[in-house]
Amino acid sequence: MLGEGILKGLAETAKNFAGSFVSEDRLTTVEYPEQRLLPIENTRDFPFLVYDGEDPEAGLRCVSCQICEKECPPKCIYIVKSTDKKPDYVGKPQFYPARFDIDISVCMSCQICVEVCPFEAIKMDTEFELSTDDRFGGLILDKHKLAKSNEHFQRIHPTEAAEVDARLAEEKEKVEAKAKAAAEAAAAKSAAEAAARKADAGSAGSNAEGVKP
Amino acid sequence: MSDLAIRSYLPPVIEVESQDELLEVAMGPHHPSTHGVFRMDVALDGERVVRLKPVFGYLHRNHEKIAEKTTYLASMPYTDRLDYFCSMTNNWAYALAVEKLAGIEVPERAEYLRVITAELTRIQNHASAIGFLLQEMGASGTPLMYAFREREKILDLFESLSGSRMMCNYMRFGGCRVDLPADWLDAAKLVVAGLPRFIDEIEALLTSNEILMARSQGVGILKPDLAVNAGVTGVMLRATGVNYDLRKVDHYGIYDRFSFRVPLGEHGDIYDRYMLRVLEMRESVKILEQAIPQLPDGPILDPKSKPRGFRPKPGEAYGRIEAPKGELGFYLISDGTGNPYRYRVRPPSLINLTILEDMCLGQNVADVVLIFGSVDIVLGEVDR
Amino acid sequence: MNSATLDQFFVLLQHHVAALFPTVLQPWVSMILGVVGIVAVFPAIFALTTVLERKGLGRMQNRLGPNRVGPFGILQPIADAIKSLTKEDIVPRNADDVVHFLAPVVLVVAIFLGYAVLPVGRNMVLLNIDAGILLFFAVGASTELSIFMAGWSSRNKYSLLGAMRAVAQMISYEVPLLLAAVVAVMMTGSLAPTAIVQAQGGFTGIFPHWYVFTPWGFAGFTLFVVAALAETNRSPFDLPEGESELVAGYFTEYSGFKFALFFLGEYLGMMSIAGYGITLFLGGWGAPFSFLTFIPSWAWFFAKLFLAIFFFIWLRGTLPRLRQDQLMNFAWKFMLPLSLLNLCVAAAWRFLGEWLGGGTVAELIRWLVCAAVLVLAYVLLARTLLRQQNISPRSYRYAD
Repeated sequence: MLGEGILKGLAETAKNFAGSFVSEDRLTTVEYPEQRLLPIENTRDFPFLVYDGEDPEAGLRCVSCQICEKECPPKCIYIVKSTDKKPDYVGKPQFYPARFDIDISVCMSCQICVEVCPFEAIKMDTEFELSTDDRFGGLILDKHKLAKSNEHFQRIHPTEAAEVDARLAEEKEKVEAKAKAAAEAAAAKSAAEAAARKADAGSAGSNAEGVKP
Repeated sequence: MSDLAIRSYLPPVIEVESQDELLEVAMGPHHPSTHGVFRMDVALDGERVVRLKPVFGYLHRNHEKIAEKTTYLASMPYTDRLDYFCSMTNNWAYALAVEKLAGIEVPERAEYLRVITAELTRIQNHASAIGFLLQEMGASGTPLMYAFREREKILDLFESLSGSRMMCNYMRFGGCRVDLPADWLDAAKLVVAGLPRFIDEIEALLTSNEILMARSQGVGILKPDLAVNAGVTGVMLRATGVNYDLRKVDHYGIYDRFSFRVPLGEHGDIYDRYMLRVLEMRESVKILEQAIPQLPDGPILDPKSKPRGFRPKPGEAYGRIEAPKGELGFYLISDGTGNPYRYRVRPPSLINLTILEDMCLGQNVADVVLIFGSVDIVLGEVDR
Repeated sequence: MNSATLDQFFVLLQHHVAALFPTVLQPWVSMILGVVGIVAVFPAIFALTTVLERKGLGRMQNRLGPNRVGPFGILQPIADAIKSLTKEDIVPRNADDVVHFLAPVVLVVAIFLGYAVLPVGRNMVLLNIDAGILLFFAVGASTELSIFMAGWSSRNKYSLLGAMRAVAQMISYEVPLLLAAVVAVMMTGSLAPTAIVQAQGGFTGIFPHWYVFTPWGFAGFTLFVVAALAETNRSPFDLPEGESELVAGYFTEYSGFKFALFFLGEYLGMMSIAGYGITLFLGGWGAPFSFLTFIPSWAWFFAKLFLAIFFFIWLRGTLPRLRQDQLMNFAWKFMLPLSLLNLCVAAAWRFLGEWLGGGTVAELIRWLVCAAVLVLAYVLLARTLLRQQNISPRSYRYAD
């Protein structure tokens, strides 16, 4: 019958109209910025550099290996390596970035830099309200703006941060165990050497007495 | 540059045949319903279309040239931006091509994840396509808003899986980049459980609507032999009655493990394409209902693969999948270095557009926009 | 204040204010007060309608409408008015300035004239003329002139195309509109709107004698509503203003205040036709049940008007638009025969009533006969229309 489909359509729209007053499923508007959706854990927006501890300079994990700069598809990272070294989280002296700039007007949030970083130094942040009115430099984030603490990382990506922390702790333990074993071995060796020298000196001394001038 | 050289790359000038007094209209590039920046130079005789020349290239971003200058992995985020509605399937097609080129195996869990994300992508693409078609018909956005309501749920799933709603960058050569978070499967089951009701609602609103039928039946007819000759694939081809779905033809991935049917049209007009999209959404829901419970445990990435230093042996490969818009293919030629020698995308939207003029000749000018909308293109793919 | 005073509140107010003036001026003051009332009330309803439309469409589409300007967005029309008044008034260089300026003015004036004979409540009509319905339709047809003026003066081939299509659409729907209205006039025996409303004022038990509750009245009302949608260029007949069409149609070249005037004229026309539909078929300012007559008549009229507006908004949110030739087909091949047949059925109703006498059996017979004829005609005409255009539901096969 002509008009039947139209009436079915009208019923559908009326259902949605009435439903929008009673059920949240039928009124899905979130009035930003007064209301916000809960952020999803794995979301990624722009990168940031992780530092351990309190000091962003001393605790910065980045060792300026420049792998992320090479792998970045739109080439938005600019790194200048330092000339001196500073100790990293296990105590080994490493280079650090004298300059680390990311141009977020070029960055496409592909997250490849995070994937290829061997040192867990660069991770994805979740902040997206980064608009600025400085069109000539406001969208270039330098090392100071990019460095954020590990606590921040644990807050925004708890699961990933827990994994990374576990891995780094494991590495640190391994290095420390190796160092301890090496130290023990070195201590044992030096103790053995000292004992051998003493024995030598004693025998040398006794030998020396027996030797006629 | 000489005058001749400048003229050679301008779009062809349409000569007015003064005895017929054809009315020439340029629809676009600023037009509310051209799905992006796209221009159609239409010559009208009264209300009938006499000539139609599509002009595109406004969104050309040198994707293929950029791919020649960067590594294989670095091209993956750029493939997200080809058909920006369906980033997961774009990634899969590219990953398939590289896996063919280098002979990489994909673990089973990754295959299941690929199928799940691809079918979710197909559902949200078809829903949006129907919404946009009705928007152009003048339904003031109501079916579009319903489609986008469901699409938001699927995009939330993608965001918790890969980090980004649309530019997912999720597939890697040899599997997927990251495994599912803890509660993803339950959330996905909820979303999939709500989809049949949504499709029923859309059908109640639209399928037997007499105005929709009047505007779309018998309009924009495409004949099967012309479709096959022009290389048209996807819903447009199946609407003409040709049985060609790459999921059944190529047996790529693990689609053979799922039982689903391929709907076929008969007349090749706009109504057939609309109905086929609805029926394909139902089939995708069926596949999801089979795949999600069957998801096995295991690795998601080939253990031998590493993100840096990928250098496939010299050779060439063509990998193709049934993207929601048609056959999306990647043709790669490798010369042994880390960058491809030639990287070519077979864009389904562009190839489906080549017969736009044939479909529109003799139709009303009011129908040109509808026919164009029923082809379901995305300019990012047409122009790359 | 008892219900009778509340019912005649505005009439009494008009008399009291007019009494303050000398006797010579009293008719003039009375008339001016009536005009001021119309010019104040109906554009206010127009402003409210724009907000209701956007919020109603929003709710149908699972979203909120405008809600930033004022509580629940009620002050949105003020923001829209400020916007359209402060926009630059661009007139194309080749345009015919005088005609370009006059087109929206003619539209608004013609529409306002139509309100002069609309009975808004008991004794509340500005001009109680015997040929009120005729005046309304005559004046309403001159709105088409203004649309053509708009399209012609812009000297723009797209505007001209849009204007010609709009005029063709409106002219072809005038005929079913008039024929549907004529049914009510025929059964009342008078062209005066007040008489038509009074003829529907009686009650049997608690049910009113509205014309819409008879088979010919129901058919007439449906035809009137569909033709009214087409007259006022509302969805699903809004091809002339379609955004996805060539351009915005006949008002492409208008900006700022003149565009606002077109918009105003269109919505006022929609409310005016809805008002006449209510007068002709829905009992005007009459109450729907006999125990509800204590509510003032003007309240009932405006309640029905708001229901009609909501129905128009509901249609707009649901239906896509018809193409031009399909629209014309529908008017000439479906609505015109049906409205002619409706006239005959109404006459048959009257004479059957006289020949069969009274009593329930006679009522039942004439109900069944008239309804059956109309339904049969509807089904046959619909089937012919759909089959001619090869429109049919389809089933799909799957590949094996």
